[in-house]
Amino acid sequence: MTYEVFRQERKGQPLQHAGTVDAPDERFAEIYAREQYGRRQESVALWLVPREAVSEIEEFPDEFEMKYRRVDGYSIKARLREARERAGTLEAAPEAEQTE
Amino acid sequence: MNQQSGDTRTQEFLDYVQAGGQVETSDWMPDEYRSKLVKFIEMHGNSELMGVLPERDWILRAPTLQRKLALTAKIQDEVGHAQLIYRVVEDLGKPRSASLDDLVSGKSKFHNVFHYPTKTWGDVGVIAWLVDAAAIVSQKALLKCSYAPYARIMKKICWEESFHILHGRDVILALVTGTQEQFELVQEAVNRWWEPLMHFHGNPIPAEEDPMYIWRIKSQANEDARQEFLDGYVPQIRELGLTIPDPALAKDEETGIWSYTEPDWDKLREVVTGHGPASEERLQFRRLSREDVAWVEQAVLSEAA
Repeated sequence: MTYEVFRQERKGQPLQHAGTVDAPDERFAEIYAREQYGRRQESVALWLVPREAVSEIEEFPDEFEMKYRRVDGYSIKARLREARERAGTLEAAPEAEQTE
Repeated sequence: MNQQSGDTRTQEFLDYVQAGGQVETSDWMPDEYRSKLVKFIEMHGNSELMGVLPERDWILRAPTLQRKLALTAKIQDEVGHAQLIYRVVEDLGKPRSASLDDLVSGKSKFHNVFHYPTKTWGDVGVIAWLVDAAAIVSQKALLKCSYAPYARIMKKICWEESFHILHGRDVILALVTGTQEQFELVQEAVNRWWEPLMHFHGNPIPAEEDPMYIWRIKSQANEDARQEFLDGYVPQIRELGLTIPDPALAKDEETGIWSYTEPDWDKLREVVTGHGPASEERLQFRRLSREDVAWVEQAVLSEAA
């Protein structure tokens, strides 16, 4: 059986995929993972997950083009410029915000 | 899928990897890419596994307890690398038992440097220092391999190899600061290992003609790897008062390129196809140990079942 091994390098950091080990059962998987990913104190935690237990999602369709959930769905610059023009504050606005 | 669209798909894949794109196990890949990956990665796994045999010979003969422990740890690392690498090959469709069968039958290859005997403790130091240094040059370039699962395990492998270089350098420094006899032990080992080291990165085939480069399995031409090794290590060898057995070896200060006596490439081919001085003995040992430990595998599997 193949186990996916995740390791955490330091407390507070995310557990990241480190590799895989082949083992007949969980006990052996634990021994092998300790040897492969922990014998130099390079990890503070390991997660072992049987490969069959992993569900993978690889497609993220956006059929309805939900732009309001994305940064490019908002036209702040053009609107801000219009608002400043109306208020007569365009000249006084900081340079950086006027560019682009 | 018809021929036309198959070709287009392969070309798109090629464009993708050549632009630096990386591929995961579950992604579509051309059959040729898959078979090249298996061949390359399997040879790497074989080399890690066979590479421990010359060192194993020295565990009991290592001069101090500390050295025995360090050597044993290095051997454990290398076998661990073989396990990780064979797992990657397995996910590409070739089971580990098939890789081991092909190794012991001589169908697949392992690196040239593991086909030679280790005559003295000096050889053990030179292997850990210079052979591992040459290997780390290639392995660092594999961090950019187009096949992502292989590139990822290379991080751990490179990290552990750097310990081996440290161990090897320490062995060498202890010997060159010892008696005249010890110094000569190192010099003789350097003389013996120079030719295999010059062979190590392969013949200077241009990258554009190297299929492993075309598919971006490798990210570096053979000659570039050799130049990097020479540039990093020739000064380190010479500063210890050791000489390198090639009178033509010199660096062009303007171009930064090292010139050297052309290695005998026919000899390299002969060695890696199983006709090196220790090839048969090593393979025979691997066959015997495979038979010897077969019962362990059976016991473990039946207990778990």
